[in-house]
Amino acid sequence: MSEDSAWTQLKHNRNWLGFWFMVPAMAFLIFFLAYPLGLGIWLSFTDTRIGRVGHFIATENYEWLWDDSIFWLSVFNTLLYTFVASALKFAIGLYLALLLNENMPFKAMLRAMVLIPFIVPTVLSALAFWWIFDSQFSIISWSLKHLGLINQNINFLGDTTWARICVIFANIWRGVPFVAITLLAGLQTVSPSLYEAATLDGATRWQNFRYITYPLLTPIIAVVMTFSVLFTFTDFQLIWAMTRGGPVNATHLMATLSYQRAIIAGQLGEGAAISSAMIPFLLAAIMVSWFGLQRRKWQQGESND
Amino acid sequence: MTDLPTRSIDLKNVLSGSAPTADHSEGMSYLQSVPRRIVTLYLPLAIIVIVLLFPFYWMALTSVKPDDQLLDLDRYNPFWTWNPTFKHFHKLLFESYYPHWLWNTMYVAVCATVLSIIASVLAAYAIVRLRYKGANLVGGLIFLAYLVPPSILFIPLATVVFQYGLFDSPLALILTYPTILIPFSTWLLMGYFKTIPFELEECALIDGASRWQILIKIVLPLAIPGLISAFIFCFTLCWNEFIYALTFLQSTSNKTVPVAIVNEFVDGDIYRWGSLMAGALAGSLPLVILYAFFVEHYVSAMTGAVKE
Repeated sequence: MSEDSAWTQLKHNRNWLGFWFMVPAMAFLIFFLAYPLGLGIWLSFTDTRIGRVGHFIATENYEWLWDDSIFWLSVFNTLLYTFVASALKFAIGLYLALLLNENMPFKAMLRAMVLIPFIVPTVLSALAFWWIFDSQFSIISWSLKHLGLINQNINFLGDTTWARICVIFANIWRGVPFVAITLLAGLQTVSPSLYEAATLDGATRWQNFRYITYPLLTPIIAVVMTFSVLFTFTDFQLIWAMTRGGPVNATHLMATLSYQRAIIAGQLGEGAAISSAMIPFLLAAIMVSWFGLQRRKWQQGESND
Repeated sequence: MTDLPTRSIDLKNVLSGSAPTADHSEGMSYLQSVPRRIVTLYLPLAIIVIVLLFPFYWMALTSVKPDDQLLDLDRYNPFWTWNPTFKHFHKLLFESYYPHWLWNTMYVAVCATVLSIIASVLAAYAIVRLRYKGANLVGGLIFLAYLVPPSILFIPLATVVFQYGLFDSPLALILTYPTILIPFSTWLLMGYFKTIPFELEECALIDGASRWQILIKIVLPLAIPGLISAFIFCFTLCWNEFIYALTFLQSTSNKTVPVAIVNEFVDGDIYRWGSLMAGALAGSLPLVILYAFFVEHYVSAMTGAVKE
């Protein structure tokens, strides 16, 4: 009797109860995420400046950006930065995960240490890189000079090509631990018996990786790489702490350019247009993530051991 | 109850590799000779680890080097110093706003994290257990919210913060950070709540407990590892956050550590490298210490969000 009433009560209340439980989270997400997201798109169609309410100017901001070579340079930089950094993060991260998955002494400590670059606030490690890449006192220049490989200091952050290489390197340095540890977690769900069986059948280490590890890891790779691409694409702090977009805009990403135009120069509308221009790219990344997750669910159902 | 800890054990293995199933490599390693293992395993691993940790060594070394050694690369070997000094730290702690900035960062991080965890616990419980109408849809929307990056939100948020009169106040950060933290911790906690057997709650319901009592007395105590994971990860994210803090705060004394260091110590004056590195090191240490104590929770949080 009491069981019945408890359950009917539950059924009656469930939707309202659910609503009340969702209120705090939803309030934050609506007021500080959904509303600003919409407002940002609206702002991109206005000529708002700091301290002045803007008027609707339709697509003028976008037309203006279309002819702006610095904007296109920032798009190019963002794509280059995202593509190179993500590809190398994946390659090195996967390699590191495979190495860490081996049996060896001090395994736990090594794995914990590897993650440290990911824990330390990005800006603070970016400052360390700033110092490492200093034009006069760089430890890299010093070492190379003493090895007799170069005669002059390398102007790491003052030369356009070097600056790009440096920020990409710093980004890879920071991102590899995340990729490696997450893929390591994926590797450990692979059943050892699969390798034993394959080895008995005469499979080489490469075949083990290619036909067992890689296919089983694909879903988690899809998810990790989506996150990685997403965060690399929208990166701001590393660039801002190391180069502020310089030299001659060679390292400006779309995020740093929008900050410069909107907050420093006060052109909120134009800055909003630059950041809104990132949305199509992000949607593409989210689609990939979605399909990655779908595939993962399907595969989990297949091999649920 | 028996299947409850599977998830956390599975994730602990990521670090320790202690469970029998985690070590498939042991059975195969006899196939490799020692020299071969050095070349294929230890050497590459050593190179990667050195590259990953070198910036911290460099940061620490710079922060204890006397100024003259810092800039004189001809007479002193830059890789080591025999006269460490704590002058830079002393300056940082007693002649700058640094303690202030540390306090601001801590205060904002703790408040934003606590708010987010409360909101996330309620949301995750409702989605997983109440399964109200549209729960799946809301769950999906929360996941999507995680994918909206601060870089496209900071401009409109700046105008919102200004309208609400929150500009240059820690409250601006305390209220905006949860939008980054809630999606993540809700997703993480949903995973933990799913592992708690439904029967426990049914029994409590039959005994006349309200949903609120069930949540407080049964679900939360069982989900403590999940709560710690969520807390550590949220706290780290807050500490790391830069673009909102840079945009919404103006006065020197209100800044958080990352923003303050970038703006206040960097004015083209090269003699400040010591203070800069000391500041960066001191700003990283609280997180590294926290991480050292809760590595497993941290890793389970990190991989948990991806695995769900």
